Amino acid sequence: MTGRDQYRARVFRRLVILALLSLALCVSIACDMALGPANYALRQVLSAIFDPAGAEAQLHVVIWDIRMPIALMAVLVGASLSVAGAEMQTILANPLASPFTLGISAAAAFGAALGLVGGIALFPGAVAYMVPVNAFIMAMAAALFIHLASTMRGVSVETIVLLGIALVFSFNAALSLLQYLASEQALAAVVFWTMGSFAKATWAKVAMILALLVLVVPWLMKDAWALTALRLGDDKAASMGVNVRTLRLRVMMLASLLTAIPVSVVGTIGFVGLVGPHIARMIVGEDQRFFLPASAISGALLLSGTSVLSKTLVPGLILPIGIITALIGVPFFFILIFGSRRRAW
Amino acid sequence: MVALALQGVGASYGKTSVLADVTLAELRSGTVTAVIGPNAAGKSTLFKRIAGLIKGPGLVELSDTARGPQAICYMPQDTGANAVLTVYESVLLSAKQGSSWRVSDAELAQIDGLLKALRIDNLAFRGLGELSGGQRQLVSLAQALVRRPEVLLMDEPTSALDLHRQIEVLGLVGDLAKRNGMIVMIAIHELNHALRYCENTIVIAHGKMAASGATASVITTEMLRNIYRIDARVETCSRGTPFVVVDGPV
Repeated sequence: MTGRDQYRARVFRRLVILALLSLALCVSIACDMALGPANYALRQVLSAIFDPAGAEAQLHVVIWDIRMPIALMAVLVGASLSVAGAEMQTILANPLASPFTLGISAAAAFGAALGLVGGIALFPGAVAYMVPVNAFIMAMAAALFIHLASTMRGVSVETIVLLGIALVFSFNAALSLLQYLASEQALAAVVFWTMGSFAKATWAKVAMILALLVLVVPWLMKDAWALTALRLGDDKAASMGVNVRTLRLRVMMLASLLTAIPVSVVGTIGFVGLVGPHIARMIVGEDQRFFLPASAISGALLLSGTSVLSKTLVPGLILPIGIITALIGVPFFFILIFGSRRRAW
Repeated sequence: MVALALQGVGASYGKTSVLADVTLAELRSGTVTAVIGPNAAGKSTLFKRIAGLIKGPGLVELSDTARGPQAICYMPQDTGANAVLTVYESVLLSAKQGSSWRVSDAELAQIDGLLKALRIDNLAFRGLGELSGGQRQLVSLAQALVRRPEVLLMDEPTSALDLHRQIEVLGLVGDLAKRNGMIVMIAIHELNHALRYCENTIVIAHGKMAASGATASVITTEMLRNIYRIDARVETCSRGTPFVVVDGPV
């Protein structure tokens, strides 16, 4: 078998993996919609999706107005955060980089807490939406800080990750201070927000995150060869004709948007942006033509599966997503790391 | 046939000048030039400056090529061992930079041929992280050659190779330079390799060009004493090839 044939076979295998992951995601979405205070059979859910006119009124309302936005929100947020993490890990050449570890999620949580505890609107024009708007502004401010720091001469990617960790601690301390000063009601709201939840998903929010993904992901995919080259080191990528500095800045901004908008809508969900890309890397490698879609699908599957588990682990109770993601994801991740003979980084 | 000349080329990192006033008459295609000098003398900086990866004063003049700066390929020491990519993928992505996602059979055939020529076709589907330092250098060479450079700047390409592979790689590069009309510049520490495989030699020390010319006229007892601070003799073997015998530090 020539190298060419082997390469073609590997590409085919990766496409099959992506197709299977997509199929698993569809099953997970269907299960997510079937489960809830009133459980439906998968057959009923599918008929309500594909033949909405024929579905009975209550089923139609439950599926289309309540559960579908929540299920799709889990998928889209998972995909956004995982792609953001994948690209942050790529441009910073660090397996620990993610929206969470770079302090972007912590900044968003602090922004949300400013609104929930102090009633402070960072953008006075949007007082009614001050919690998500505050979260977005703070997340982008943190991303901008990281972004500006990375443009300074002599600042290495390791320094950027350390700066991110410093941001995490700073915002967490500020958040703790706000929690300490908060009323009981505001404290409960902050704690709930920082655990992440899809319960308030609406079609408008789903459309917003979908639009974000539709705009950003093709932009990243266009740079697939250049982003893959970046993993060979800056000098080598530059020697291949990649404008490393411009690429890194552009991708950092896009990844920040992919973090800030979903987090401002659903709260802090930390784990998926770190682990989604690692799962993708272990199953398809780092050729970004496959790695990027695999990251999106694995992140989506992780959060969709988590949404299912959050409804089934304790009957009658929907547990916060952020807790389940870590509880279920970490052992799963360990199995992947220790069970795989392939290099994870 | 490409030609390369340098006029007053320099570079600095921040306010620290690391390379100044390197002037070189025209290097012709088909030749291999050694760039020698102590560690941190500015050899890598010179290569990066020629490749346009860093800016600085002076002129890098490239003539008789339609590809412009794209004709120059710099092969750094850094080998990107962390990437979760196979050897084949890493060479492919070098070939595909700036072009479409679609990978043609001709492109894959070129990679097959190149890996075979470098005798690393058995490593094609091994991960970069599983390779030894020497194997990674050969992969780096494949990544550079697949871009069909007209000017190839190799930064210590044989430092991790065993003696057999060093001779093999330097012989192959010399052949390719002549066959494809390439200009090859090699930063190298092994002076006997420079004497055997490189027509010309440039000496860089303390960020300046200390000497340049035909290799046999540059690598001399005086140069070794002044630049490397060693007592050494340049003798001629029974087959007529000059070689360096080191007696000790000055």
